[in-house]
Amino acid sequence: MIKTDILIIGAGPTGLFAVFEAGLLKMKCHLIDALPQPGGQCTELYPKKPIYDIPGFPEILAGDLTTNLLEQCKQFEPGFTLGERAETIEKQEDGSFIVTTNKGTKHQAPVVAIAGGLGSFEPRKPLIANIGYFEDKGVEYFIKDPEIYRNKRVVISGGGDSALDWSIFLSDIASEVTLIHRRNEFRGALDSVDKVQELKDQGKITLVTPAEVINVVGDHKVDAVVVTQSHNIEKEFEIECDHFIPLFGLSPKLGPIAKWGLEIEKNAIVVNNALDYQTNIPGIFAIGDVNTYPGKLKLILCGFHEATLMCQAAYQIINPGKRYVLKYTTVSGVDGFDGSRKEAPKQVVKAID
Amino acid sequence: MEQDVKIRITDREGVTHEVLAPTDMAMNLMEVVRSYELAPEGTIGTCGGMAMCASCQCYVVSDTELPEMQDDEEAMLSEAFYVKDNSRLGCQIHITHALEGLEVELAPES
Repeated sequence: MIKTDILIIGAGPTGLFAVFEAGLLKMKCHLIDALPQPGGQCTELYPKKPIYDIPGFPEILAGDLTTNLLEQCKQFEPGFTLGERAETIEKQEDGSFIVTTNKGTKHQAPVVAIAGGLGSFEPRKPLIANIGYFEDKGVEYFIKDPEIYRNKRVVISGGGDSALDWSIFLSDIASEVTLIHRRNEFRGALDSVDKVQELKDQGKITLVTPAEVINVVGDHKVDAVVVTQSHNIEKEFEIECDHFIPLFGLSPKLGPIAKWGLEIEKNAIVVNNALDYQTNIPGIFAIGDVNTYPGKLKLILCGFHEATLMCQAAYQIINPGKRYVLKYTTVSGVDGFDGSRKEAPKQVVKAID
Repeated sequence: MEQDVKIRITDREGVTHEVLAPTDMAMNLMEVVRSYELAPEGTIGTCGGMAMCASCQCYVVSDTELPEMQDDEEAMLSEAFYVKDNSRLGCQIHITHALEGLEVELAPES
């Protein structure tokens, strides 16, 4: 059981900044995120794109913003459960909550802050009628353990970075790699496109374009995929394989959180007001893009503000009745849980002759 | 208002809406759909308009002349589902006077 003060669901910019604000109030945080790395959309969707409305940064790349937020909160030693999706929540008799992920990891905290953005990122599944039947029987939407593909025949479909990168990676492990895409053009880093070209020329990757997988064939496990060459409907054929990996990107879904008994409106969690962003369940807060209230704006800068106010309310829950006054970091400095201290340099008081 | 253009948008339930879209607010078609709430929040414009998610895919029904497709829109549509010959990404269609009378249907959510 992982125990913490504030359990934050979602490690995007809002969740990461909440760690800092909580740390100033001596509260420890742990974050859960379905993605394998922190940063949320900023790292998953657009790490190389600039953002122009972060106060104090005329221009900052989304990936750099994540790096900075991690640096800013690191002395408060946040814990991370990455690559796992928060699945269930149970309220305990002592008022705390236990949140369990899809992989069974349990977390306990008196305060839960949902900073889930648009939801957890789920793979976009191709429109193949029987594909559900073959999930975990040869069809995978994520590559978790490349070793399971050793000496196997693998078909990958998709035209973006992940399809290219995994084709390259698996070409050294699998016995056969076939990459299928609807067009002849791929979109990815220039290096990856060139590398696939090179591996194709060496016969280590078979490219089938423009084409599409329209069916999966097999008895209890994947034996082959049925491929149609675009613009030539009569030309259908089977490619024998052990694994079929469709990589069509990720799309966010509110997912299991929608079943936690929270009030939901327009795919967002309703918070009582703009006072502390508490939901209809006391002790559970919703901050950042995942919440809604009159006047709501889905902006990172608003998420920072919401995270800050949420921490004040969390402090009252965790330390009932305890006195507290707002402190300025410039005056008080920042005392990390790791023993580090940041503070403004002392002024020199010295006579000038 | 003369800076508005009239656009017909058929939502995912098959209901057609005639809406006025401003040409002077740097809006795109995806944003027009959101501003009139013709698709639930969270189901359209997921990536914010970067041609990176295809949640604003629509089928162009009228023969309105549209700006040419750029590489990133074409690449995204090649990975999207339910794509037809007349598919476009709403976020890549900026509202201009040339769009007067445009008719589109929103593609299914995927």
